[in-house]
Amino acid sequence: MFCRVNSIGIAGIEGYLVRVEADVSNGLPGFSMVGYLGSEVKEARDRVLTALKNSGYSCPPRKITVNLSPGDRKKDGTAFDLPIAVAVLGAYGVVPKDKLERVVIAGELGLSGEVKRIRGCLAIAAAAEELGMEWCCLPEGNRREGQAAGNIPVAGVRSLREMEEFLKYGPRAENIAEAEPEEEEESEDLPDFSDVIGQPHMKRAAEIAAAGMHNLLLMGPAGTGKSMTARRIPTIMPPLTLEERREISKIYSICGLMPEDRPLIRTRPFRSPHHTATVQAIAGGGRRPKPGEVSLAAGGVLFLDELPEFSRSVIELLRQPMEDRSIVVARVHGAYRFPADFMLVAASNPCPCGFFPDRNRCRCTERQVKTYLNRISRPILDRMDLIAEAAPIPYEELAAGKGSRQEENSESIRKRVHAAWLIQKERYQGLSVRFNSRMGRGELEQFCALGREEEQTMKRIYEQEEMSGRGRDRLLKVARTIADLEGEKRICREHLLEAAGYRRGVRFYWGGGWD
Amino acid sequence: MTEQEKQYLYLLCRIKGIGAVTLRRLWEELGSFQSIYYIEETDEMKKFPAFCRVAQKIRLGRSEQKKTEEEYHSLSEWGIQFITPFDENYPEKLKEIYDPPMGLWVRGKLPEKGCHTAAIVGARDHTEYGRAMAEWFGRELSAAGIWVVSGMARGIDSAAHRGALSSGGKTAAILGCGLKICYPRENYRLFQEIGETGCLISEFPPYAAPAAGNFPMRNRIISGMSDLVTVVEAREKSGSLITAALALDQGREVLAVPGRSTDPLSAGCNRLIKSGAQLADSPGDLLEIFSMKRQSERMVQEKNGKGLAKTEKMVYSCLDLQPKFLDEIIQQSGLSPGACMGALLELEWKGYVVRTANQYYGKKL
Ligand SMILES: [Zn+2]
Repeated sequence: MFCRVNSIGIAGIEGYLVRVEADVSNGLPGFSMVGYLGSEVKEARDRVLTALKNSGYSCPPRKITVNLSPGDRKKDGTAFDLPIAVAVLGAYGVVPKDKLERVVIAGELGLSGEVKRIRGCLAIAAAAEELGMEWCCLPEGNRREGQAAGNIPVAGVRSLREMEEFLKYGPRAENIAEAEPEEEEESEDLPDFSDVIGQPHMKRAAEIAAAGMHNLLLMGPAGTGKSMTARRIPTIMPPLTLEERREISKIYSICGLMPEDRPLIRTRPFRSPHHTATVQAIAGGGRRPKPGEVSLAAGGVLFLDELPEFSRSVIELLRQPMEDRSIVVARVHGAYRFPADFMLVAASNPCPCGFFPDRNRCRCTERQVKTYLNRISRPILDRMDLIAEAAPIPYEELAAGKGSRQEENSESIRKRVHAAWLIQKERYQGLSVRFNSRMGRGELEQFCALGREEEQTMKRIYEQEEMSGRGRDRLLKVARTIADLEGEKRICREHLLEAAGYRRGVRFYWGGGWD
Repeated sequence: MTEQEKQYLYLLCRIKGIGAVTLRRLWEELGSFQSIYYIEETDEMKKFPAFCRVAQKIRLGRSEQKKTEEEYHSLSEWGIQFITPFDENYPEKLKEIYDPPMGLWVRGKLPEKGCHTAAIVGARDHTEYGRAMAEWFGRELSAAGIWVVSGMARGIDSAAHRGALSSGGKTAAILGCGLKICYPRENYRLFQEIGETGCLISEFPPYAAPAAGNFPMRNRIISGMSDLVTVVEAREKSGSLITAALALDQGREVLAVPGRSTDPLSAGCNRLIKSGAQLADSPGDLLEIFSMKRQSERMVQEKNGKGLAKTEKMVYSCLDLQPKFLDEIIQQSGLSPGACMGALLELEWKGYVVRTANQYYGKKL
């Protein structure tokens, strides 16, 4: 007897149809599996046989053959356990086969027959919907994740027996209950900008960066709130749209990072990999290509604290995704493209001890300072649109604490950033660009035209700061964002001057002209 | 002194390990440098057993005689003069000290006779305040016709030279290495400029490396050449304090520029003042010592704010000589960070503000 079950494999972040076929025939008893299988899939044989036995199914010894097609794509992971078991049961005639045509099944089996959580359920459900399936059966623990994909009904199953029940009698009400609509208010304890005391210059830079998705470098000694500020940047970005939430959740789902109780990621990503992180952890990859930090940060902030400590290879690999807004992970079996549209925020001490240029405290030699700073490579430096500086906070200010002066909270900054986003949305309607920082030549000429007086100022900056043509473009984009924040249609002189102020650090710390 | 004698003196100065004091004493005993050079071949040796070691060194040095003579004849080609205490233009004040160098390599023009000279010394890792003060002092002294003597080290020394170069260029740099070597390397432009308008002086032969042991010797010339020594910024137990002590031994006046009591880089200066050094908070204090009119007061006068925009005036009024971090200026002016940054850049262009670090700004003198 023959039986065919639909399942979904994952390549990159997209799902594709995998047909799991089982045939039970007379012959030498045995269980063989074919179809370009990874080791985890090969091991499914033992899990499936044991789970069947422990769930109380009696399967008389026969020759069992399982095939996973298409045969030209390598199948990996444990999600095929459940469809293989169902196909075997179907081939034995234990479960009805009439529904299988329109159902997608995925899940890992435990030896007792329970169905365990798997990765990538969002992508699986989304693919099932695209294939026009009627049902998607997922582990109960992934049900909400699957339901978030869209309109396809998702049934959660806890065990092989429940799976059988579903195929015989349809879903139990409790297994398909839809998530109750989410409350709008942010129940989570998100950090807030009002926690950062003082540092108006750094805060302003963070606001501009968030408003135009510009890359930001924070310089200053330890303990001045650089990482505190970085951590709070996602909180001043406008809330995620449903579409963005789905896109982001897909990536998290594939990495197995989705919280069980929440169907979709709700807050903007903030990823802060340690400087010892490997190239693979940052870029993505592995035997079963998984998105890396650059993809997990998409739609939010990738924060590199202590930038000079990161290895050169890690820094180098950031260049491609920063240009393309996606990253390609090449594998023997093909290349996978993951999204990587993040905002880069980096922090660095100005010298090994952190207090340069305060020579009363910093005793590093010129050479030490230079060597330290030169660990930040020029190409990455050139991509930093804004360089903000944090100074040690005087004791009195810390002691006075929050009580004395009310620091602005994230919500009120977010309102301004949101307004700037809306202006950009309107401006770039119908274009591939979404933010000022992403403008190309054509857009620059169209949206950053300067008046005569402004052109004069620009020229002055250009000459005084020994800027390059590329530096000029970069400055214009930041000035555009500042103008948007102020609600100005045209870029004015003060916008240019302020934008210039955020790039002058390069020359001070690294010397040479701008780029 | 005959040209031949001078050449023997040159040969002796090129021999390692013979100090200026020894050389002078030998000369007083033997009467000529030629006889010192050939001391081994005379009976004088027996009279002065203590000179045996010297004789040995000279013998060793003689193997290099030809090369050294070639070097001597190349000096003019290199634009270097070899100056001895017997020469007319040897710095007069230097003769007063216990151990005046017997030979100096000089590029440029030495201070004229009767000229006032003032040394400005201080830390290599200076603060902005220190740099501004050193430059200010250097500029004002040179403008008043006083030679500024320093060591061309990083930090305060370089700032003092730069200040002097900006107003007449009367400045002498005493090096701890030969004149064919520029140390520190990043001072190459300064090195060139001082050689052109002032002078570079060294007690070490043209290709001598900047060995650590050279610097204390160099310091005695800095203070020895000067009427007074001003310390601008120095930590406790730093080289600048040693120079100051040396200056006192040589009978030179010592002044110190005060700083905040909490700044480690001012601790040395404040200590000097506490122990009796004269406090110098403007170049006028030095000019007064030379009984010159205090004409430098205009320098501390603030620029008038004509032609400044309103925000620029607001920002300027918050500034100080001691540079402030941007955040402090934002807070004091009450302006937005953006407006503040714009005004500062504008003020900098107009020459009102000096940006001393990435986001630190001070009033320009
Ligand atoms: Zn340091």
